[in-house]
Amino acid sequence: MRLLTRAALLTLLALGATFLLDPYRNYQLATATGTFVAVAGLTLLVGLTGQLSLGHAVLMAAGGYGYAWAATWVATAVEGTTLADGAGGWLLPLLAGVAGAVVVAGLLGLLLGLAAARLRGPYLAGLTLALVIALPAAASTIPGLNGEQGVRAPFVPVPDPLALLIATEQWHAWLAILVAACAVTPLVAVRAGRAGLRMRAVHDDETAARLAGVDPGRVKAGAFVLSALAAGLGGAVLAIVTQQVSPGAYGLGFSLLLVVAAVVGGLGSLGGAAIGAVLVTLLPWVVDQATAALPADLGHRLQGNLEIALFGVVVIVVTLLRPGGLARLLPAKARSATSLPAKFFPTQ
Amino acid sequence: MERLVFLLSTGLARGAVLALFALSLVIVYRAARVVNFAQAALAVVPVYVAVAVTAATGSYWLGLACALTAGALLGAVVERGLMRRVPQDNPLAGIIVAIGLVMVLQAGLAIAFGPDHRPVHAPFSQRPLTVGGVALMSPYDLFVLLVAAVVMGALAWLFGRTSLGLRMRAAAFAPETSRLLGVRVPRMVTLGWTLSIATAALAALLLVPTGLGLDPHAADVLFVNAFAAAVIGGLDSPVGALAAGLSVGVLASLVTGYASAAAAPPAVLALLTVVLLVRPHGLFAAREARTA
Amino acid sequence: MSALTVEGLTVGYGDGAPVLDGLDLTVPDGGVVALLGANGAGKTTLLRALLGLTPARRGRVLLDGADLTGLPTEDRVRRGLALVPEGRGVVAELTVAENLRLGALWRYAGRKHARPERDAAVGQMYELFEPLARRRAAPGHTLSGGERQMLALARALVARPGVLLLDEPSLGLAPLVVAQLLGVLRDQARATGLTVLLAEQNVTGALSVADRGVVLSLGEVVADRPAADLAADPALRHAYLGF
Repeated sequence: MRLLTRAALLTLLALGATFLLDPYRNYQLATATGTFVAVAGLTLLVGLTGQLSLGHAVLMAAGGYGYAWAATWVATAVEGTTLADGAGGWLLPLLAGVAGAVVVAGLLGLLLGLAAARLRGPYLAGLTLALVIALPAAASTIPGLNGEQGVRAPFVPVPDPLALLIATEQWHAWLAILVAACAVTPLVAVRAGRAGLRMRAVHDDETAARLAGVDPGRVKAGAFVLSALAAGLGGAVLAIVTQQVSPGAYGLGFSLLLVVAAVVGGLGSLGGAAIGAVLVTLLPWVVDQATAALPADLGHRLQGNLEIALFGVVVIVVTLLRPGGLARLLPAKARSATSLPAKFFPTQ
Repeated sequence: MERLVFLLSTGLARGAVLALFALSLVIVYRAARVVNFAQAALAVVPVYVAVAVTAATGSYWLGLACALTAGALLGAVVERGLMRRVPQDNPLAGIIVAIGLVMVLQAGLAIAFGPDHRPVHAPFSQRPLTVGGVALMSPYDLFVLLVAAVVMGALAWLFGRTSLGLRMRAAAFAPETSRLLGVRVPRMVTLGWTLSIATAALAALLLVPTGLGLDPHAADVLFVNAFAAAVIGGLDSPVGALAAGLSVGVLASLVTGYASAAAAPPAVLALLTVVLLVRPHGLFAAREARTA
Repeated sequence: MSALTVEGLTVGYGDGAPVLDGLDLTVPDGGVVALLGANGAGKTTLLRALLGLTPARRGRVLLDGADLTGLPTEDRVRRGLALVPEGRGVVAELTVAENLRLGALWRYAGRKHARPERDAAVGQMYELFEPLARRRAAPGHTLSGGERQMLALARALVARPGVLLLDEPSLGLAPLVVAQLLGVLRDQARATGLTVLLAEQNVTGALSVADRGVVLSLGEVVADRPAADLAADPALRHAYLGF
C-alpha cells in the first residue's frame, strides 16, 4: 500500500537523520517527535471536526502516567525472572508502558469525547480549559499521582547489540520515531479515508450529515478519542525521553503551545503538525541562545517569555491573514489530500 | 456551625467578585457573541496599572480609578484593533486569536514586571469581624460586596433604563435590524467591550489582595470559575451570572473549608461538566426567540 | 427632483451571476410605487442593496440627489431612508414600547427638547395604531403577525423618514389586516409627503394604494406604468404578473 511505503520511507529517513545529530539535538528531536504525535491528533480534531480542545496536555499527561505505571509495574514484575534477559528486560516494560498509555489516555478521551460531542465550540474549549487548570489540584488529591513531584518512568537503556553504535539520546529518538510512525500513519489513513470524510461532513453541516445517515455525536466523540490516543502516545514518548511525568510539565502553557503548533502548521494538516511541533520545540531554545548574551536580569525575564509572546503574535497573524497556516506555503502539498479544500472554510 | 457561617459569608464575598467577572463575560458575549477567552489577561493588565499608580501616589482610590480607565481603554483598543478583524465565518477563529492575545499579554507582563507575585494591599482590614463570637466576613469583604452591588446596579440601570443601554441591547439582539433603525452597531460593540473589560478589571483588582499577589496569571482561575458561573447561569443572562457567581463562590468556599483548597478546582469542574451535559444553555438562559 | 434614483445597480451574491444587472429606477418625490414581480425576481435584493445591507458591485443610489455609495446602513437611515424588512424585524427581546423608542432615538437625540418631542412622536404612533397602544409593555415575541407588522411600520414611521421601503408587508397576514395596514400607509404618505416603495407579491393590494407599478423580472425592470394601467390592462397583467 502506498501509505505504508511512504510511512516506512519517512521513518527510515528520520532514523537515518539521527546519525547526523549530536546527542542534545537528538534529545530535542525526540521531544519534538512526542509533541508532533499529540499535535497531529489535535490538528485533526480541530481541523476536521471543529472541536477545539485547550486541555490536550492533560491527555498527554494521562498517557504519560499510564506509561509510567504500566512500565514500572511490568519492570518490577519481570525483574529477576528469565523474561528480563536480553531484549525482554527493556522491551516488555516498554510495550506494556505504551499499552498503558493508550488505555489511560483512551479512557479519559472517551469520557471527554462523550461530553464534547454534545458541546458547541466555546463550551468545549472552556471545559477543557477548566480541566487543564484543575490538573495540578487533581494531582495532589488523587492518590497514585504523587502530587507535584509526579511519577518516574523506567529508563530504557540502549540494547546491548546496538550499544556500541548509538548513544542513549539517539536510541530514545529512535523509539520516539517508531512510536510516532505507529501513531501518525493511522491518522493519515483516517484523514484520507471515509472516516475523515464523515468528520468533515459533520463539521460542515450536522443536520445534513444526519440526514445522510451519519451520527454526528458518534463521529465527534470518535474523533476526540482518536486525538486522545495520539496525545497519550505523545505523552508516552515524553515519558520515555525524560523518565518523568509531573503535572507541572503538562500545564496550561504547554496545552496552549499544542494549539499554537496546530494553528501555525495549519489546522487539519499533518505535515503542518510536524512543522508546528518543531517550531514549538526549537523556538525556546533559539530564544535562550539569543538572550544568553544579554545582562542576567533581562535575559532571565526574556527566557521562557519571549517565545510565548512571539507564539502569540504568530498565532494571531496566522489566524487573521493566513488561516491555512504554514502548510499552505509548501507548493507541492498545497492542493493535495493533506489540506482541506477551500470550501470547508467558506469566505464571506 | 460557626465554621459554616464563616465559610458562607466569605463565600458570598468571593462569589461577588466571581459574579462581577461573570457579568463582564456576559456583557461581552451579548455585545459580540463571543466567549472572550482573553478576559483574564485583559483584566490583569489594568491591575498592574493600578498597583503602579498606587505605589507612586500612595492612593488606593486613584489606583482603582486608573484601573477602570485602563480597562475601558484596553477593551476599546482590543476590539477596534484586533477583534474586529477576526474572520466571522469560522467560530473557532475568535477563540484562537484570544489565546494568542493571552500569550502576548501574559508574556509581555512577565517580561516587563518579572514573574514574581507582587503583594497588593487591601484598603481595609482582611481580618474577619466577629459578631457575638462568631467570625463573619472582614471589612474588606464587606467593601467588595458593596462595590460589586453598586457596579452591578449601575450596569443594570445603564442597560435597562437609558437610551444608550437600549441601543446596546438592540445591537446585541438584532444587529441588522438595529442598523435599519439608525443605531451605530459597530460603536455599540466597542462600547460593550469597553464596559466588559473595565468590569473585569475591577473584579480582578478586588480579588488580588485576597490571594498570593499579583502576577500575570492572577486572574486565570478567576476566569475559569467565572466562565463556569456564566455558563451555569446562561451566557446571555446577567441575572444568571449574578446567581451562579454567588453560588459558585459559596461552593468553592465550602469545598475549600471542608475538604481542601486543592479540591475546589475539581469541584467547579465537576459542576460545570454536569451543567453542560444537562442544560447546555444554562439555567437562566432566555429562550432564543430571535425570529420576529 | 426624484426622491430616490437608482443607476446601473449590479448586485450579486458571492462569485455567481448577478441578481440585479444594471438596474435603473426612479421613484418620484411623494409618490407611492409598487415594486412587483415573482419570487426570485430580485425585489428583496434591490431593497437590501438600497440600504447597503447587501453590497453592490456597481452602480449608484441617489437619495434626494445625494450619492449614498460607501455609506453604511445606519448612516443611510439617518439621511431619511427607511426599510421595513421581510420578516418585519421586530426585536423579539424588547417590548413594544422599547421597539418604538428605539426607532425614534436617532431622530430625537441630543437637543434640549428631544425627550418630550420623542415621546410626542411615539404617542402619535400609538394613536395611529391603536392595538399597539394596548400592548405597550408586551415583549416582541408575544405579538401576533399583524401586530408585528404594525409595530415594524410604526417603528419606521416614528423617525419621519423621507423615503420608506417595505418588503412584502402583507406576507402571512389576513387580507383584512393587510387592507387596514396599506390604508394607514397610504394616508400617512399623503399626509406627510412620504415617498413609498412597496415590494409585494400581493399585486392587487399593492396596486390599489400605489400611483405607479414597477415590475421586476430576473433582476431587470420590465414594466414601469401607472398603477391603474397595470391593474386594468389584462394583457399587461398576463405578460408580467401572471394573471
